[in-house]
Amino acid sequence: MGLRSYIIVRILLTIPLIMLLLSIVFLIIRVIPGDPVLLHFERKASEEAVEAMRQRLGLDKSLPIQYFEYLGGLFRGDLGRSMQDFSPVSEQIFSAFPATLELAICSMLVATTIGILLGVKASESYNSLKDHLIRAFGIIVYAMPIFFLGMIFQMIFAINFHWLPANGRFPPRLTEPRGMILFMNQPVGIAVWSFMIGLLCLALHVGLLRMKGVRFWGQGSTISLSHFMIVWIVGFTVWIVGFSYAQLNMSGVVRVSTGLFTVDSVIEGNILKFVESLRYLFLPSLTLGLVLSGVFIRLTRSNMLETLRLDFVTAAKARGLKESTVTYGYALRNAFLPILTMMGLQFATLLGGAILTETTFSWPGLGRYLVDRINFRDYTAIQGAVVYFALIVAVVNLIIDILYAYLDPRIRY
Amino acid sequence: MGLLEVDSLRVDYRTRRGSIRAVDDVSFKLEKGELLGLVGESGSGKSTLGLSIIRLVPPPGVIEQGSIRIDGDDIIDFSAEKMQSIRGSQISFIFQDPMTSLSPVKKISEHFIEFIRTHEPKTTKAEALKRANTTLRDVGILPERIADYPHQFSGGMRQRIMIALAITLNPEIVIADEPTTALDVIVQAKILDLLTELRDRYGMAWILITHDLSVVLERCDKILVMYAGGIVEYADSKELFRNPRHPYTQRLLQGIPNIEFSDQKLKAIPGSPPNLLNPPNGCSFSPRCSEGEPRCKSEKPQLLEVIPNHFVRCFKEM
Ligand SMILES: Nc1ncnc2c1ncn2[C@@H]1O[C@H](COP(=O)(O)OP(=O)(O)OP(=O)(O)O)[C@@H](O)[C@H]1O
Ligand SMILES: [Mg+2]
Repeated sequence: MGLRSYIIVRILLTIPLIMLLLSIVFLIIRVIPGDPVLLHFERKASEEAVEAMRQRLGLDKSLPIQYFEYLGGLFRGDLGRSMQDFSPVSEQIFSAFPATLELAICSMLVATTIGILLGVKASESYNSLKDHLIRAFGIIVYAMPIFFLGMIFQMIFAINFHWLPANGRFPPRLTEPRGMILFMNQPVGIAVWSFMIGLLCLALHVGLLRMKGVRFWGQGSTISLSHFMIVWIVGFTVWIVGFSYAQLNMSGVVRVSTGLFTVDSVIEGNILKFVESLRYLFLPSLTLGLVLSGVFIRLTRSNMLETLRLDFVTAAKARGLKESTVTYGYALRNAFLPILTMMGLQFATLLGGAILTETTFSWPGLGRYLVDRINFRDYTAIQGAVVYFALIVAVVNLIIDILYAYLDPRIRY
Repeated sequence: MGLLEVDSLRVDYRTRRGSIRAVDDVSFKLEKGELLGLVGESGSGKSTLGLSIIRLVPPPGVIEQGSIRIDGDDIIDFSAEKMQSIRGSQISFIFQDPMTSLSPVKKISEHFIEFIRTHEPKTTKAEALKRANTTLRDVGILPERIADYPHQFSGGMRQRIMIALAITLNPEIVIADEPTTALDVIVQAKILDLLTELRDRYGMAWILITHDLSVVLERCDKILVMYAGGIVEYADSKELFRNPRHPYTQRLLQGIPNIEFSDQKLKAIPGSPPNLLNPPNGCSFSPRCSEGEPRCKSEKPQLLEVIPNHFVRCFKEM
């Protein structure tokens, strides 16, 4: 079976899955107490008005008819209209999706970086104090309630120090020259920022040279003062150009093209907006990422312990390969498949909306959308979210499966 | 001065239940281009001895005392980096199970390139590949298969690849730990012939570890017999074959089936090796020895050179 037919079969197989899930949810939301019709009226309304609303929402029809009408729409690719505000559900999901995606990507980055690095460190020093500390850390963050951790971070970084915003995704308006962000328009700030940017350019340059096989820190070549001058000058130039361009475009909201504010602000070429969107992303991603990292620490550690015992790891050491090459290139590389599976699972879950995190940080993503709509008993919106979620899970799993074959030459479909 | 000189080496596994003395006061010499057979039954400490020569005894194993000199330098004193730089380039190690000795997710070529460039960073990929091709041809693998993954090769072929990796950088010493145990008999013989052939062509010294005396008897220059972590007999292979002096060696030789005496029964040595956690006081072989004297149980015999180049650890020979 070729890869293409494998993909097609897998996609076809998700259809019954979606149907099953949808049917269950369809019934459950209609069984639980609460009536979307009544929720449209603030106080007691007349019989006729209620009945008219019921007809308008299509809830006067019998259950089977409602069910099959919904399915009919679904097969035409129509998720119906919201029972709360009557706009198309697909549009609403589509507009909440980028916020969730951005948060999902960033928190996955945090979770996997912390989780894999610590997991590897723990396995390297198996049964030592370091190992025990890392394991304890993993268990603690895993057991930590998200809203609790989130509130602690909000208290420290937002309320106490005013370093980072506590809520939302972007300031309503970029007032004033936002140069105060990280002292970007103060002399000391400019100096530090120029240096950092310059250093980054230098690092990239050295990296490129090394890839070509040029050895940079070889014998005889020492870092001189002029190196630092160059770093500063390059950094300052980049900073001046970037900052003054950004100052010209202080129109506030991000011009949406992808919906990911970090990406959009880069496309727009606005350094300040980029920094601002990162600042808003920071606390929610850190909170969610930390909590998720516990799983990755444990998984990485146990898989590494198994792989480190294998012959090819010892054989690689016996060939004199560097410690880091053996650990990452041989052991981790071979311990990676289960970790990848977990990454896929977690990522798919996150794309369904991180309800607790989004609520804690007022993040306008799918999690909050769903909570909002459940409170309102917005049947169509909830059903739409379920269909979307099932699709996402299927797609992510499919991608993981394909990556599997790419990462392990023994797997073929 | 020999190429490799091991002197009173002692290696312990410090387990929770106590120290296991896996290598006990072992001394021997390896000359340039020599083929040394290291024989002993399972658990006698052969692998531990081999691994300590590249300082890769797995934890909780610790080299407790002794010296390991290569070209006169004691590698026990080497820094971790220095040790890394001689592993694979001066001393190579070939493991028992070729099926698991290569990373399943890397092509054969990647194994070679990474290895060669670790030791000789100036080598380009093309040069590394060229050298890999040459060695692969030496061991009888078609060079065009270098872009394949390990799972696309048979066990025998994989062991050939491991051998190729081991000799790529022209090491002076190659240690092969039961390189053919996991393979079937015909492949076994071919691989062993390959080792001697490579020795003749490139002149590296080999330490061939095996539990099967018959395997090394006709191929090796010298044979070192280990029992319970210690050397019991060490001699030229012809001499050892004609005049085995230690009762254990004699039993091992009797155990080799001989076609000429077809009615001969394969005799296993009764009893089992001692528990290395609580080794017996005297000679470690004494509980299984049929020729023992009373003092064998209380005193430990020394390794003695009974005739030039023939060492035995037994009171009978004193
Ligand atoms: N990791 C370890 N921890 C504790 N004891 C060990 C460890 N590895 C080996 N030993 C012990 O050290 C002794 C020597 O083991 P070694 O593997 O060197 O024997 P061997 O001669 O290579 O045996 P085999 O023919 O089975 O490979 C054995 O008694 C074994 O139980
Ligand atoms: Mg062994």
